[in-house]
Amino acid sequence: MKTLKDILVVDLSQFLSGPSATLRLADLGARVIKVERPETGDICRQLYVSNVKLNGESSVFRAINRNKESFQADLKNAQDKEMVLKLVEKADVLVHNFRPGVIDRLGFDYDTIKKINPSIIYGEISGYGTEGPWKGKPGQDLLLQSLSGLTGLSGNADKGPVPMGIAVVDILTGSHLVQGILAALVKKGKTGEGTKVSVSMLESILDFQFETITTYYHDGGEATVRTASNNAHAYLGAPYGVYETEDGYLALAMGAIPVLGELLGCEELKNYPEPASWFTQRDEIKLILANHLKTGSTEKWLGVLEPADIWCADVMNWDRLFQQEGFKVLKMIQEVKMSDGYKYETTRCPIKIDGNILTSELGSPILGEHTQAILSEFGM
Amino acid sequence: MSSSKPLDGILVLEFCQFMAGPSAGLKMADLGARVIKIERPNHGEGGRQIAIKNLFVDGSSLVFHTVNRNKESYAANLKDADDLARVKQLIAQADVMTHNFRPGVMEKIGLNYEVVKAINDRIVYASVTGYGTEGPWVGKPGQDLLAQSMSGLAHLTGDADDNPTPMGLAIADILCGSHFVQGILSALVRRGKTGKGALVEVSLLESMLDLQFEVISTYLNDGNKPPIRAKQGNAHAYLSAPYGVYKTKDGYLSMAMVPMDKLADIIGCTELNKYSTEESWFEKREEIMEILAAFFAQKTSEEWLSILEPADIWCADVYDYQKLLNHEGYKVLGMDQKVKLSNGEEVHTTRSPIRLNDEPIYADKAAPRVGEHTQSIINEFNL
Repeated sequence: MKTLKDILVVDLSQFLSGPSATLRLADLGARVIKVERPETGDICRQLYVSNVKLNGESSVFRAINRNKESFQADLKNAQDKEMVLKLVEKADVLVHNFRPGVIDRLGFDYDTIKKINPSIIYGEISGYGTEGPWKGKPGQDLLLQSLSGLTGLSGNADKGPVPMGIAVVDILTGSHLVQGILAALVKKGKTGEGTKVSVSMLESILDFQFETITTYYHDGGEATVRTASNNAHAYLGAPYGVYETEDGYLALAMGAIPVLGELLGCEELKNYPEPASWFTQRDEIKLILANHLKTGSTEKWLGVLEPADIWCADVMNWDRLFQQEGFKVLKMIQEVKMSDGYKYETTRCPIKIDGNILTSELGSPILGEHTQAILSEFGM
Repeated sequence: MSSSKPLDGILVLEFCQFMAGPSAGLKMADLGARVIKIERPNHGEGGRQIAIKNLFVDGSSLVFHTVNRNKESYAANLKDADDLARVKQLIAQADVMTHNFRPGVMEKIGLNYEVVKAINDRIVYASVTGYGTEGPWVGKPGQDLLAQSMSGLAHLTGDADDNPTPMGLAIADILCGSHFVQGILSALVRRGKTGKGALVEVSLLESMLDLQFEVISTYLNDGNKPPIRAKQGNAHAYLSAPYGVYKTKDGYLSMAMVPMDKLADIIGCTELNKYSTEESWFEKREEIMEILAAFFAQKTSEEWLSILEPADIWCADVYDYQKLLNHEGYKVLGMDQKVKLSNGEEVHTTRSPIRLNDEPIYADKAAPRVGEHTQSIINEFNL
């Protein structure tokens, strides 16, 4: 039995942050009904990446919204709204990511919903919280990365800001919302009480930087300094980084510099016996390492370092990774099928429960695909 | 309202070290659980000695203090029969136990799931590994940068001519820790109905693949085309221009998804008019971004924002910590808090990102010293 079996989620959210949260709930066993407006549906349906369409809509939408049902409703239409409220009455969880204010105007604010369903877990995502000068700003991933200081951490010192090349703010925010919702469901199981759970993209991406922000507070507000080359963490000493080799790249995490010198046959590294120098002189140490590691293949260096228990790894792309036995054994890729027979491959939930991986062959829904069935089922 | 937290009454035993597992323990502690770290005597968990910027507070690294606040510490040598027996008594009364030993280690200690389930069949037993529990990589060190590097992630950040660029923070640890919490809490939800515990497993590598689920799904269905980062200002290998970061006269500006025709109109860049189709915004991304880079360099960030924001263009200034942490938009969140150590020192850190019934969650209990609570726990639980 999946852990969230019999949990009903009504999802009013769109794009990525909210829908990524409800995807997780779905994979853990919840039933997720995605409420979408007529004609366009979730805007993400048209948000193409690399111009790739799968069965007429964006690959991103297909990835985020598999394993869900679609109920078409215009929340501004009184009759539609009434139907959605009936669903909400039966739901365990409601999720939305409208901008502050909009949800009140629609009449789906917590105070209203609580009267209809006192034990509901009401989950909401905002961009920047509900007060202050930024509350009306668009809650978009790159903008949050840019404002939160995050772009000062990746890449080398001479680069400008380097954003993380993935929607990391959306993903972390969605994951925090899931945490809050599940904690509230644990409580509901004991006391029957509902809870409002709120997360904002800004607070989530600040939480992600809790180490470095704490460091900033502690060291008197020193500026973040990335290493001149091979940066992988602005606050860690050498050798932490990714290095070019004769035929690819090698990641080096921790390791005593003189020991690395010995193993790699690099005399110069033996000039740094003091652990403190691995941080204070990290730029010159990294340069020595970078020049040396170019002289051999990734395989050669791994062959020396791994047996000596040095934390290192090959830097792979997906082509290479997907051919590895260590990847295949995870069974991370699953095929899902839409109601019209269209099949596509995607990843599965990263959590194993009772030794089982969690998969579901249900593909993403066609807009309004389940409206009629849900109307009949709930007697509307 | 804020005095009652959703995980009140939940007892978590944390056998984890370093970052992924302890970050999960912190999240559960902030949500109301009581988290007891089971640490080896004297040295405690390994994370106490892993520092960033060589910063230490009260004998343990500042990082350790940030990720282990709001917890207790019970010192036990799991290789010692008496200590192990006491820990088993504690397990009998716990709701959750977490560990991040490599596969096989808990079997040797004698605290593998089968043994623990026999002691307490209501327990949620949760483990974090680097690369799963079978296959050729089970023995590899489960470390953040290595998991990032192996997962393909480093090919997404940075510009086209850069080396593979890891994310400059412990994303694998943090996201995996978050998935850990999700699995554990969902198992507690089920236990509320069935009375039975669960085995929950996550790994750094699976979490890194999950992080990439959108782009991997695209790759799996576009004929396995490799991701191509933009030549300059790259922010997402799969998104059309103008998505990226641009240098201005005095700083930087981020541009998210914006229709090119609208953008060209508003900033008055006629050179962009020839890119009339949506397809071209991806296909001619390099050309467009180059035109924009030259154009944005002509005015200050503030000047651009005053033109773009009123027109509802998705853009933002680029801040460092100095600017951000002194900005009203940050201060209004009340995101920071000070925790007080028993020696009187304070650690100024952040709080949980989750609000419950509109209240932020503050918890000013500092990280424990090794074994700080051993005796009181022995007394309380009659060990």
